Amino acid sequence: MADNIKKASQHLAQNEGLIFEKSSAGKKAYRLPPLDVPEVNPAKLLGDSYRDDLGSMPEVSEIEIIRHFTRLSTWNYAVDYGMYPLGSCTMKYNARVNETVARLDGLAKAHPYQPERISQGALRILKALSDQLIEICGMDAITLQPAAGAHGEMTGILLVRAYLESQGNARKKILIPDSAHGTNPATAAICGYQVENLKSNERGMVDVPSLVAQMNEDVAALMLTNPNTLGVFEQEIHKIADILHDKGGLLYMDGANMNALVGKVRPGDFGVDVMHLNLHKTFSTPHGGGGPGSGPVACKKILEPFLPVPVVVEKSDGTLGFEYNRPQAIGRVRMFYGNFGMHVRALAYIMANGPDGLRQTTEDAVLNANYLRKKLEGVYELPYTTPTMHETVFSDKKQTKNGIKTGDIAKRLIDYGFHPYTVSFPLIVHGALMIEPTESESKEELDLFIDAMKSIAEEAEREPETILNAPHTTRVSRLDEVTAARKPILRWKPEAKTAAE
Amino acid sequence: MRYLPKSPADREVMLREIGVRSIDDLFAPIPSEYRLTRDLAIPAAKSEQEIIDWFGQRSVENARGYVSFLGAGAYNHYRPVVIDSLISRGEFFTAYTPYQAEIAQGTLQSIFEFQTMICEMTGMEVANASMYDGSTGSAEAIMMAVRSTGRHKSVIARTVHPEYREVVATYAKHQGLPFELVGYAENGRVNLKALEEAVTDQTACVLIQSPNFFGTIEDVAAIAQIAHKKGALLVVSIAEALSLGIIKPPSDADIVSLEAQSFGVPLGYGGPYCGVIATKEKFIRQMPGRLVGETKDKNGKRGYVLTLSTREQHIRREKATSNICTNQALVALMANIFMTVYGREGLKDLAKQNLAKAAYTAASLGKSGKVLFTGAPKFNEFVLQTVDDPYVINERLLQKKIIGGFPLKKFYPELGNAALWCATEMNTREQIDAVAQEVR
Repeated sequence: MADNIKKASQHLAQNEGLIFEKSSAGKKAYRLPPLDVPEVNPAKLLGDSYRDDLGSMPEVSEIEIIRHFTRLSTWNYAVDYGMYPLGSCTMKYNARVNETVARLDGLAKAHPYQPERISQGALRILKALSDQLIEICGMDAITLQPAAGAHGEMTGILLVRAYLESQGNARKKILIPDSAHGTNPATAAICGYQVENLKSNERGMVDVPSLVAQMNEDVAALMLTNPNTLGVFEQEIHKIADILHDKGGLLYMDGANMNALVGKVRPGDFGVDVMHLNLHKTFSTPHGGGGPGSGPVACKKILEPFLPVPVVVEKSDGTLGFEYNRPQAIGRVRMFYGNFGMHVRALAYIMANGPDGLRQTTEDAVLNANYLRKKLEGVYELPYTTPTMHETVFSDKKQTKNGIKTGDIAKRLIDYGFHPYTVSFPLIVHGALMIEPTESESKEELDLFIDAMKSIAEEAEREPETILNAPHTTRVSRLDEVTAARKPILRWKPEAKTAAE
Repeated sequence: MRYLPKSPADREVMLREIGVRSIDDLFAPIPSEYRLTRDLAIPAAKSEQEIIDWFGQRSVENARGYVSFLGAGAYNHYRPVVIDSLISRGEFFTAYTPYQAEIAQGTLQSIFEFQTMICEMTGMEVANASMYDGSTGSAEAIMMAVRSTGRHKSVIARTVHPEYREVVATYAKHQGLPFELVGYAENGRVNLKALEEAVTDQTACVLIQSPNFFGTIEDVAAIAQIAHKKGALLVVSIAEALSLGIIKPPSDADIVSLEAQSFGVPLGYGGPYCGVIATKEKFIRQMPGRLVGETKDKNGKRGYVLTLSTREQHIRREKATSNICTNQALVALMANIFMTVYGREGLKDLAKQNLAKAAYTAASLGKSGKVLFTGAPKFNEFVLQTVDDPYVINERLLQKKIIGGFPLKKFYPELGNAALWCATEMNTREQIDAVAQEVR
């Protein structure tokens, strides 16, 4: 590694076994208050249902638990450590105030079935977030119930289906561009639709003549990500919407890439009928190692009657409440009201930014991605030269001649102190490097990333072995995924107990 | 704009480097007629202090400091403080899905431990990394049973949480998956005779909940026998995970859909919670969601990776087992830490306290009302029938800052003036006695 690389260095990483390997009978990390009611005899009370042993559940003390999870945590890379440019995931800064307000007693300890009269605070949060997201999307109505992006997709497509059914024909197919996220086709299938692929043109956008040819009265909707997974804004978006609408179909927008649009343009204004948002992407709720997310679905007036129950309404006495009696609703997609804790955080994020901050955020996200693109163009192959917004997709074409693939470059980036970009996606780019810096990166951090990427490109020429064996600085080296899948070990078992590492 | 790490000068330099004159040039691909030329109509930016004040007011408008006897799918348990200390580490909460295993071993190993403990608690052989929640988990479990058996129909107990059933209905409707409901017997358990009649050789699965919505523990073995006799699978949904501390795990089930909220997850007005699907090894290829497996690195060192992902949407697209992508990792970590804190003895002790508190509450309230379904064991919930309308009783209790049981009229009108009461380790004898005075 060249001397001018400033970012990477090693940090403390202690060995740590599985919690079960530290367990021994009689250790405790809890103490219950004394029982203030008469004791019961569980065996007698429960009869055949009584259980007297919890097998190999651990027995450890509190300090061991703190050390165990603290040590494990140091093996993770995180946004708090540095740039995390996973394309399409929008790994932005997670503001701490969001965590503080989500833990306020009256919110964190609220039971979902407590009377509405004493839930006005929570209801006002739901209402405020709904109103503001509707304005941001340029839509007419919203549900906050879906628990994640893919769950939002399902909800949105069910709205489409219910609407079309009310018009007399649910139709058969959903069109999905070849650049789409895998969740889109999986969602369409769950909603009972056949998936028909739509190819992209040489500029990386929806091929409008193909769309015209494929659009007919069997097509319920087009699921479109905009900007798409190449980071390209679909310039002919309104024409696309018209083609669908002319044949009675609807336009669904996957809002995974809303970070390129907030405050600058509204999907409702360019013809979108229904869309989902990922609060854990655009609105900064933490990704948490893979969730929880939240996937609100915003829609136009025509779809409103079909929204999942319940919806928040203002009552005649000025208080807020839930309305359940909505005969056309698609039903429920989740119990209670969705991931409320994420709603609180997203609202806190919007409040901290205001209209100016949200617009500046979008501008900085687009600025950062274009800066990276400019600096790395020529070093890495840019398969589509169409202007891009908040993310940019390179390919490994220049490096493959030395036997280096996108996955290898990604692993080497780890040694330079960065989380890799998204590898091998979108599928329409062979050997894709999909980079989304987000607005949270300073120019200094971007320059360090650029240095790292250039240095790796040089290594690919000079010393490809270094890259092929990367990462070199992590606790574990490349893991054997083939064996993991062929002979799955999915839990610890006592008989397999070996000495801790 | 305190979250944006750029000075105006930085932005100027970057625009120059890119070779454009202004930021608007970068938004040129958006047709100008759609570009927003005004501010979004949302409130102006607020300081951190103002944000905390605003949410502080909302928090006060909510029922702060009330005593609650609500359960019904969301349980009030004590949360050891180490849970929040640990999950607040940025390495956990600002990381994403562990696709890059070398720099995600912390998340991966903790999920592996979670999977292990869920297997141990549920009596299943494999568990996934989490689902959204118990309601969607039940729907996914049915879809899994459909794929595993090649049959389409399910039989669902009416004693499954009504909102779970509503979610299942939404999922099932458009996939051509019909289901039939089966009622309950006098003891509050699934009506076995009706079940026997409903299950046929066309049945993909039977879905029950245990403890069921009335708090009654089902006879899982008997139900399994009825299902298996016809080649159907048994899916057991568990909404009150703590019950597993003292109640025999549903080992006769083929699939368990657990809601792990009781394991250290805040009530949080209904979410985020933590669903999990656990099953037998033979069904693993049909299982939805992420799975972590143990393996070795190039030097033979033990490590963990996401595995068997050929089931998942990013590989299989429309042929995937589910469209799920993001799950509830951080909430699963809460559950993991909770299970570790209490462990083998503590989960049992805690469950035992719940049993005692609920028994005392049922006995106290039973003096002025009628406890239903006494013919079968319960965990920490029970149904109480009263002379007064439960809504009226609850109004009286609210004056004392007590939230009473969940009125059942909406979902089970046949039970009349009945409500579902829950008592946990959080309810004191004093509170229970205060409630008993108001129940008539």
